[in-house]
Amino acid sequence: MTSYIIRRVGQFVLVFFAATFLIFAMVFAIPGDPIRALAGEKQMPASLRQTLTERYHLDEPFLAQYWHYVSGVVQGDLGESFNQRPVLDIIKERFPRTLRLAIYAFIIEMVIGVTAGIWAGIRKDKFLDSLVKVSTVAVISIPIFVLGFMAQLLIGVRLGWLPVTAGNPPSLHGYLLPAIVLAAVSLAYVARLTRSSLVENLRADYVRTAKAKGLSKRRVTGIHTFRNSLIPVITFLAIDLGALMGGAIITETIFNIPGIGQEIYNATRSQEGAVVVGIVTLLVIIYAVVNLVVDVMYAVLDPRIRYD
Amino acid sequence: MTDTTNKTPTEILAPDVVTPEVVPAQAPKQGKPASLWTDAWRELRRKPGFVISALLVILMTIMAAFPQLFTSIDPRECSLINALQTPGGEHWFGTDLQGCDYYARTIYGARTSVSIGLVVTFFATLIAVTLGSLAGYKGGWLDSTLSRFTDIMFAIPLILGAIVILNALGGSRGIWTVSAVLIILGWPTMLRLMRSSVLSVRELDYVDAARALGASDWRIITRHVLPNGITPVIVYATITVGVIITAEASLSFLNVGLQLPAISWGLMISAAQNRILTFPHLLFFPGIFLSVTVFAFILMGDALRDALDPKLR
Repeated sequence: MTSYIIRRVGQFVLVFFAATFLIFAMVFAIPGDPIRALAGEKQMPASLRQTLTERYHLDEPFLAQYWHYVSGVVQGDLGESFNQRPVLDIIKERFPRTLRLAIYAFIIEMVIGVTAGIWAGIRKDKFLDSLVKVSTVAVISIPIFVLGFMAQLLIGVRLGWLPVTAGNPPSLHGYLLPAIVLAAVSLAYVARLTRSSLVENLRADYVRTAKAKGLSKRRVTGIHTFRNSLIPVITFLAIDLGALMGGAIITETIFNIPGIGQEIYNATRSQEGAVVVGIVTLLVIIYAVVNLVVDVMYAVLDPRIRYD
Repeated sequence: MTDTTNKTPTEILAPDVVTPEVVPAQAPKQGKPASLWTDAWRELRRKPGFVISALLVILMTIMAAFPQLFTSIDPRECSLINALQTPGGEHWFGTDLQGCDYYARTIYGARTSVSIGLVVTFFATLIAVTLGSLAGYKGGWLDSTLSRFTDIMFAIPLILGAIVILNALGGSRGIWTVSAVLIILGWPTMLRLMRSSVLSVRELDYVDAARALGASDWRIITRHVLPNGITPVIVYATITVGVIITAEASLSFLNVGLQLPAISWGLMISAAQNRILTFPHLLFFPGIFLSVTVFAFILMGDALRDALDPKLR
């Protein structure tokens, strides 16, 4: 067990360096001169050009640039934008809004997804089960930006139930619609996963034993099966964080929430490589850490699985 | 489970092993046990979900291959006089900001989405199946190297990675560039599936038997391991077509995917995004086509999984 955790942490370190390297290498491939892009139409003095080149290590070889970058990341320095604002500052300002959006989405997806999955699972092959099955495929099939605009159009404008944009500063009310949109796709996956995991567990030997002991159906499903069925769902939620981040870029852009996702969108449009890399690096690290934690929790919680 | 491959149908149907799903009428008449795929096909034909999704996939593929069958209008022939007409009479789906016929553009959009979806899935699956079966079958350093590399690629979420690469590539991004990036990021999950599936097949008796008979690694992999281990990957690949189509549309929507003058549903919605509230048809038609196409592939993967995985019955 301890050796598993140590190995898993070692793997995390490897993934951290390799993934940051890959991202950095990809961005380094940007053709064109970022300083010229910054200068725009005006001529830039040679001395200023020199200073900027030195400040951002643009004249050094690729590996040296990566080293500057990764040693900065370890110390919490994610680089700075071209108007000299540290990326960490940008993240600090914007992250809380993204986090709120993500938390609301998470709550919606857990509550509705798990409930729908359990409903469908205990009524396997009945009408409700089929309904959940078909509607989840339908929701999964609608790309998040289509869903976002549809929600704006229907719920925001036609019905007028919720505000179309989140507002500034965003209110709880304003967060609701984007959170529902962001949650929708993962919600469907959660429902399906809960259902199939529950169906499988309901046929397990220990459930038969529990029934044979004369326990009530409620207790068998509620206590014995339910808890075991949630293990794959929790693993999914960790992996799903990646999709949630991608979804946040689109949701925040559509609903005009000034969070991390919108910043990535703006930075890609203005070719601010440092900002894109800084934020994506942080997101990849968060993603890796969450997966590490879940894997370790998994090892602690589920004694049936032996790691060697 | 009892091994049914070397029994006659009558033995398989012996009272003690009859399950509700296996009724005598379905028994193959040739005296040869039905394979997994024959069984699956027999079941799939009767599943409405599969029939509907198969019909939709065929329809969309025909639309992608021969858009001329559905419209005689050139999607690139636009006149500003006709700009932003609502659906009706001459223009069934209305027109866009440039006055192009929206119906023709929506029809032609199928080509981009379906071809990117199929091409990316094909190559990603090819990479995953080749490397995954090698890693699973050979084990050792090859397996460790490939698995660690997969872990690294796995740590980069699809959309985030694609944004970073495509943004870095800049310049003109065509179908091939976008496809290549999605292939690079798309194979890790399928490789893991293939590897673990091969790991379980590798230990089975018939592989030992083939090895004892002196079969080469190549023969064992192609004749025994692949046919028996590829099922989960095929199911997942079908769903991946839908996922990739969504990814392309999302990237084009975010302005890091395809660029004009390419015709793509994601681009159409992106171009319309400031006018959606006043001209909903600009969102509605490409949105519906996009969702229905993705729906078809995901539903098909679902039906395949139900038919191929006896555990879920």
